[in-house]
Amino acid sequence: MKAFSRIYLVLIFLLLYAPILVLIVFSFNEKGSFAAYTGFSFKWYRELFRDSTALQSLRNSLLLAISSAAIATVIGMFAALGLDRMRLRWLKNSIKAVTNIPMMNPDIVTGVSMLLFFVAVGGILQKINGNIDLIGFPSMLIAHVTFSLPYVILSILPRFRQLDPSLREAAMDLGCTPAQSFFKVEFPHILPGIVTGMIMAFTLSLDDFVISHFVSSPDFVTLPLYIYNQTAHRVKYSMYALCTLIIFVMVIMLLLVNFVSGIGERGKRKKETV
Amino acid sequence: MKKRLSLLERMAAVPHIVWVVLFIIGPMLFVLYFAFTDKDNHFSFSNIGQLATYSHIFLLSVLFALIATVICLLIGYPLAYFMARSKPSTQKILMILLMLPMWVSLLIRTYSLLVLLDNGGLINSLLMAMGRKEPIRIIGTGFAVVLGMIYDFLPYMVLPIYTSISKLDNRYLEAAADLGCTPFGTIFRVVLPLTVPGILSGITMVFVPSISTFYISQKLGGGKMELIGDTIERQFKQATASAYHIGAALSLVMMILILISTLFLNKISDDDKGGVLV
Repeated sequence: MKAFSRIYLVLIFLLLYAPILVLIVFSFNEKGSFAAYTGFSFKWYRELFRDSTALQSLRNSLLLAISSAAIATVIGMFAALGLDRMRLRWLKNSIKAVTNIPMMNPDIVTGVSMLLFFVAVGGILQKINGNIDLIGFPSMLIAHVTFSLPYVILSILPRFRQLDPSLREAAMDLGCTPAQSFFKVEFPHILPGIVTGMIMAFTLSLDDFVISHFVSSPDFVTLPLYIYNQTAHRVKYSMYALCTLIIFVMVIMLLLVNFVSGIGERGKRKKETV
Repeated sequence: MKKRLSLLERMAAVPHIVWVVLFIIGPMLFVLYFAFTDKDNHFSFSNIGQLATYSHIFLLSVLFALIATVICLLIGYPLAYFMARSKPSTQKILMILLMLPMWVSLLIRTYSLLVLLDNGGLINSLLMAMGRKEPIRIIGTGFAVVLGMIYDFLPYMVLPIYTSISKLDNRYLEAAADLGCTPFGTIFRVVLPLTVPGILSGITMVFVPSISTFYISQKLGGGKMELIGDTIERQFKQATASAYHIGAALSLVMMILILISTLFLNKISDDDKGGVLV
């Protein structure tokens, strides 16, 4: 049984990783073919970095991911605070249910609903002022904040719940204003949740293809959209290089999240032993 | 003890509430509006009426998604079980290994599969090098599409099952063994029934993206496999604005289908919890 379980684990994980590993290995292959591995080379990476549309889409992706993660984190943090204090159970539950709709719905439905919304609202706005164009960066920013919010709130809300409310009361009894007690007592405790939520929002935004595909315009192309356009016709080896780079960034992000939430866990355990 | 809340605490959730009403409920209402109007903005059922012509595509999508979900469950359950039964230090590494593909874009993972299976891809290149004259055509078949779904969504099946197995109280397993259950008996009569909630959430997490995908069928189906996701995508990306109405109707039906199946699965899960308590 023991041996069988080990073989099974290794086999499935190998199969799960094989295509990604092939992609990474062949991104360093000098000759653009699978027929032979002719030698290690950064040729496709150089070609990638000469491609100005690729670089522009990278800049767009980063701009979008940073701004949507920042907005989602701020709104989400206050939302978690408000939800934690909320006494009306039905209101709290219905807010949570509505927030989670983009998480439950298939991405394509979220994308379609947002597109219809922006087309209809954009049409009305254009009648008022012809210069306003919602589809592009504004629509993508709104969409990315919206689908990141449930993840941000989910990573912050439990941290509020873990905190003993009497600590906050003690701080206020000792002369803190409510704002001071929030920033001095609660904020340090929920900080790991905020950081985890922010990294998740950043990653989700960087990674999203389906929803962006619907609400984007050709003027504002992000990396996933660029990859989609490039792989529509034929296999391009510089895309292997791009995918490899993105995979490495994701590995770092994942380790970072594990590290940050690990700090939180360790802090919790220390407090428990005390 | 009830304490007075400060203004900040009472108002903190307001921006969020405004945001979700505007950008989650608003768009949902527009799906309804577009689904029930024609291109002159008159109320009509004609979009819903036209849906019958897409029934074979719906059936094919359900079939593919079901096959992918069942295979994911058959592969994923033992994987989750073995993961949960390994040493804690190994578990941590396996967990990261499982999460990583979930963090790498679906787009890239599907593309990497294409790189492997294409006519000029690695597998066919190797076979040709070994003397085969014709490449095996994998891309463009239903097999490739289902394989893509399994490959892309397997981690979503394993994760919830793993969580529910590792939460399982070890004393149940010891009690079963003490009462004369064989190891396999323990798995089928104790572990499996107790992890039904994990299984159901895994099924949802594989079935929903499988039935709604358009990327996998486009890339791995080579344009020959049209699923419901492709049909919806085409209404919005390639056709004229008048196709938005039929696209909205298709999305609405898909949303309702998924809502019903999720509620149904939740119902089973709730009934099951009741059973465990008794």
